[in-house]
Amino acid sequence: MATVTYSKASRVYPGQERPAVNELDLEIGDGEFLVLVGPSGCGKSTSLRMLAGLEDVDAGSIYIDQRDVTHLPPKARDIAMVFQNYALYPHMTVYENMAFALKLRKTSKSEIDRRVKEAAGLLQLEEYLSRKPKALSGGQRQRVAMGRAIVREPQVFLMDEPLSNLDAKLRVQTRTQIASLQAKLGVTTVYVTHDQVEAMTMGHRVAVLLDGVLQQVDTPRALYDTPANVFVAGFMGSPAMNIKTVPLNEQGAEFAELQIPLTREQVAAARAEGGDGKVTVGFRPEDCDLVSPTEGGMPVVVELVEDLGSDANVYGHAALGGNSERFVVRTDRRSMPNMGDTVFVKPRTGRSHVFHATTGSRI
Amino acid sequence: MTTATPTVAVGTQKTDGPTSTAGRVRKRLNSRTATLVSIVIAVVWTIPTFGLLVSSLRPEDEIKTTGWWTAFTNPQFTLENYQQVLFGRSSSSGQLAGYFINSLAITIPSVLFPIAFACLAAYALAWINFRGRDWLYIAIFALQIVPLQMALVPLLRFFSTGVTLGGVTIMPAWDLVDEQKFAQVWFAHTCFALPFAVFLLHNFISQLPGDLMEAARVDGASHPKIFRTIVLPLITPALAALGIFQFLWVWNDLLVALIFAGGSDETAPLTVRLAEMAGTRGNEWQRLTAGAFVSIVVPLIVFLSLQRYFVRGLLAGSVKG
Repeated sequence: MATVTYSKASRVYPGQERPAVNELDLEIGDGEFLVLVGPSGCGKSTSLRMLAGLEDVDAGSIYIDQRDVTHLPPKARDIAMVFQNYALYPHMTVYENMAFALKLRKTSKSEIDRRVKEAAGLLQLEEYLSRKPKALSGGQRQRVAMGRAIVREPQVFLMDEPLSNLDAKLRVQTRTQIASLQAKLGVTTVYVTHDQVEAMTMGHRVAVLLDGVLQQVDTPRALYDTPANVFVAGFMGSPAMNIKTVPLNEQGAEFAELQIPLTREQVAAARAEGGDGKVTVGFRPEDCDLVSPTEGGMPVVVELVEDLGSDANVYGHAALGGNSERFVVRTDRRSMPNMGDTVFVKPRTGRSHVFHATTGSRI
Repeated sequence: MTTATPTVAVGTQKTDGPTSTAGRVRKRLNSRTATLVSIVIAVVWTIPTFGLLVSSLRPEDEIKTTGWWTAFTNPQFTLENYQQVLFGRSSSSGQLAGYFINSLAITIPSVLFPIAFACLAAYALAWINFRGRDWLYIAIFALQIVPLQMALVPLLRFFSTGVTLGGVTIMPAWDLVDEQKFAQVWFAHTCFALPFAVFLLHNFISQLPGDLMEAARVDGASHPKIFRTIVLPLITPALAALGIFQFLWVWNDLLVALIFAGGSDETAPLTVRLAEMAGTRGNEWQRLTAGAFVSIVVPLIVFLSLQRYFVRGLLAGSVKG
């Protein structure tokens, strides 16, 4: 059990000017499940590897349980890591794979046996203990990789996209298993993923990174309801939020005929710092209603309808300030429009997100 | 000495009506004709060796008057040649038994030393970050260009006079006598083998997935531990291949052994003795066949026993994607 602290930790790869991780400040509580999420190349894996000791820290420091581990080798940090491609030792059996780290630490035979059996029971791997990794399925290999981390009883679990090599169904299943396992063991966990659904469903808190810079760290719900900037707003949620930069007037934002009302403070904030009479407004696909033509919605020509079974996503475009802009709306299956129809979209009041047109931060 | 392995295509995949040219070619190669052709090639390849074997078992008179194939119509076999060659007391006979031991004494360390050094070097060059690593690797790689023959004289000088730089003796002369001269041969063979061995093993070791090394490091393994428990087991095919090559090379070598071990009874290997027998015993060449066979036996054993390490898919199941 331990806390993890990143204090202005930076990593610059040799020969590159822009840091892969730029002054990361992050506090992870004892027993917390923190998810690092972001698009490819945002520095999330690098951050994790810095914590693991596999990547140098060029500036700043990293603490595990108040102990400065910035320049310690991996084995001195008491961490366990699950790799994206599992990285099992191919010439060892499942048992030997799990026992490897304990043997290196000269744990007694009976203790090794107890811990491996326990972890195997937890992960339903008992009958595979004498097999080699090549005789296992993808899901089983993933569980062995988890088991190898669990037997260590480390201070911190590090997981680098452990589910990305599983098929969709197994991924959902394993996702819940990992989350409940973590809750049961209560070990501080740092989990890296590019999948925002995993981030939303698994993490106690989620840290969103872009270009090596931490954008926002908060609970999944807060991240979803009050994204700190345009990037977080667009990244979390599927389908993505409709985000448009539109002209600003005294009362609010002008979506062609549709007016999205803003408070006086919001208008003032949008005008500051070179807002240039524009404001960025976003609303989630599920925060919209399809209304009748007389109710003053925004006319959207439907291009594509995705029937998801439970509900449907409607993709279309609308004329906005001379350009054709794409919109997506989630709707009930019963009121599903057809391709080529014109629907009238009205965002629900109070559910839109307002950002500064140039800085992109939330207003 | 040739050991031919017939490559018989046996994958009989029945595909109905292959349309592409490649498909037709493949089907034809899988056919019975192809199998037959490869068997014929294998047989033709083996006949000279087989003739040698038959000859070595025939009495002296027979060898000198008729061809080996007549042995089938008029079978007369004897182990006399082998007896003569291995243990014969007369000076003209081989007395190969002693040289055989010499050959082993030269070959085994000359195989083990370079492989041991090379895999350590290859691991360091592939997985340990240090300054000038790439240049060092390029330099070792470039050493393969130096022909063995060019290094003979400098090496001899090195053994006989040591290294003196500006009047300061950095390394004294080796001054070895009799059996001690084996060390010179081991040293020379190790030097000549290392560049290629490092190159081959480096390619193999650097192909191992990096995540495996990182997983081991997180698990708490140090470099020596990773090398012993992860890398070595996974590169056994490369070690076996290199072992066979180096063994054949050293076992069959005449030049290096003759120069650095000399032609004396205590140190000369089989090859030196065989060359002498061929050169000086023109009238007793019946013994050559038996002598040649004695020298073939060991490489055959080595090849067959190391062959089982040539397994594919050692890395299967380790990493995905």
